[in-house]
Amino acid sequence: MDLALKELGNYIAGQLPKDVSGTTVKLGELLVFAKAESITRVLAFLRDDVNCRFKQLVDVCGVDYPERTPRFDVVYNLLSLINNNRIRVKVETDEATPVPTVTGVFSSANWWEREAWDLFGISFSGHPDLRRILTDYGFDGHPLRKDFPLTGYVEVRYNDELKRVVYEPVKLTQEFRSFDFLSPWEGVQGLLPGDEKVEADDDDVAKGGA
Amino acid sequence: MAETQIRNFNLNFGPQHPSAHGVLRMVLEMDGEVITRADPHIGLLHRGTEKLIEYKNYVQALPYFDRLDYVSPQNQEHAFALAVEKLLGLEVPPRGQYIRVLFAEIGRVLNHIFTVCAYAMDTGAMTPMLWMFEDRETLMEFCERASGARMHMNYFRPGGVSHDLPPALLEDIDAWADTFPKMIDDCETLLTENRIFKQRTVDIGAITAEQCFDWGFTGPNLRAAGVAWDLRKSQPYDAYAKMDFDVVIAKHGDCYDRYLVRIHEMRQSLRIIKQCLADMPGGRCKSDDRKISPPSRAEMKNSMEAMIHHFKLYTEGYHVPAGETYTAVEAPKGEFGVYLVSDGTNKPYRCKIRAPGFAHLQAMDLLSNGHMLADLVANIGSLDIVFGEIDR
Repeated sequence: MDLALKELGNYIAGQLPKDVSGTTVKLGELLVFAKAESITRVLAFLRDDVNCRFKQLVDVCGVDYPERTPRFDVVYNLLSLINNNRIRVKVETDEATPVPTVTGVFSSANWWEREAWDLFGISFSGHPDLRRILTDYGFDGHPLRKDFPLTGYVEVRYNDELKRVVYEPVKLTQEFRSFDFLSPWEGVQGLLPGDEKVEADDDDVAKGGA
Repeated sequence: MAETQIRNFNLNFGPQHPSAHGVLRMVLEMDGEVITRADPHIGLLHRGTEKLIEYKNYVQALPYFDRLDYVSPQNQEHAFALAVEKLLGLEVPPRGQYIRVLFAEIGRVLNHIFTVCAYAMDTGAMTPMLWMFEDRETLMEFCERASGARMHMNYFRPGGVSHDLPPALLEDIDAWADTFPKMIDDCETLLTENRIFKQRTVDIGAITAEQCFDWGFTGPNLRAAGVAWDLRKSQPYDAYAKMDFDVVIAKHGDCYDRYLVRIHEMRQSLRIIKQCLADMPGGRCKSDDRKISPPSRAEMKNSMEAMIHHFKLYTEGYHVPAGETYTAVEAPKGEFGVYLVSDGTNKPYRCKIRAPGFAHLQAMDLLSNGHMLADLVANIGSLDIVFGEIDR
């Protein structure tokens, strides 16, 4: 299975050398990195090519990596009913750069792209109807970004005097609790503050001994 | 005769309409009684599930999946459990797999009973709801006996199920599975050849297989258009590979066929349930990896190590190796997928939930354009829409 997917990945990369920047197979799933500006071409190729036949776009979503530039991934999950396999296409973008819409290739992309716009603020150029979809009418901000607080900024309640629902800044009656479970012994790949001294000491000891 | 001026008008359907299946607001452009454009407004039940999951560890994230499609909670837990297992590289013991398949199929019957009956109600038939909901209640009692909760089971865990089944539950499910085919037959006598029901559903909202692919249709709605595609068959997970059942398809892709597919899927589910009961293996029902699945209560009283494991698992949870996966199951409504990104900590970095209803509802304009207002209700009902999963 992995071998067949690897071959398929190489085939796709060979057919679209300008648009695809790499392919990997991990956990039995094929992942293709594409360039954002050519996503329409890549998905149309995956849909129509006789060896691919990924006829269904099952999902489009964004992922936010705030410390990276460009910060967003847009992930397209496709399914081939004929070959019974899946593929995942990833493109990178940031807040300012729009990704070309794929609604022309798959009609189902319409709402998923609206969702990515709503929740992450990733814009899609050429989208027929890029409105917010899940959040409230007149909502401000993009809630799934990592820098958006879990509690949000506003809360709503019914005001009996005004006889309507009013928006007010969020008031937390209890402090927001978030525990750090990163253990100093495991799970941390990067350097902990102070670790560089340990290394340095070891070197000194080694020098002293010699 | 002077020509009368006819003006198109906009109609707000819902969000408080009884056949809007929850909180669907649909802005309709009408030409007389004919729909020229349908624009669904969703998000009125948006609870930010995906954001919340990013702040919870893997143990705490699971119950959120019950609350997505609250008509068949088991199947969604299943998707998340499988996704986490894939990242952890965890094996589930055979008994755990069989119990999960058993309850996944009970979830499917729960869902299809609800859909078929609510659909009958939308199109004017009251009786199926009154008859069939008794069985739905029986099934929810089985869920309660297994997990303690009628609906939101929180029973499927990464590594298996949370605890073993109580005694005599399997016998009772078996006894129920013998009586239920009669109920399906009774329900069919009310609907399948019913003239009013057929007038409301046949050739309404018909969709071809090509359109289904284009719009991301999955599950019974896709199979009603004649595509024999079922993830339980084509990409089997857990014990489905060992089950003998048929994939139900229909030909026309209209509302009536979507109803028929669901009716017959209930019969196939019963076949799977029967096989699960007959072949239920013994042994453990969850993985014995103590770093993932918690020890039993009795063990905790005697073993210090078990105590420590319990404490660690219910405060910190477990760490999942960095990686990402898209794992999908055949939920009763269609392909329910979880795109899970882990960064090696005890909380998911990103958990995208692919709800089948989301894709189905966006084809509403395609299905309803040119139909009458009353057919819109038939279309919504036949798509099997639950807002818990669409709005997330």
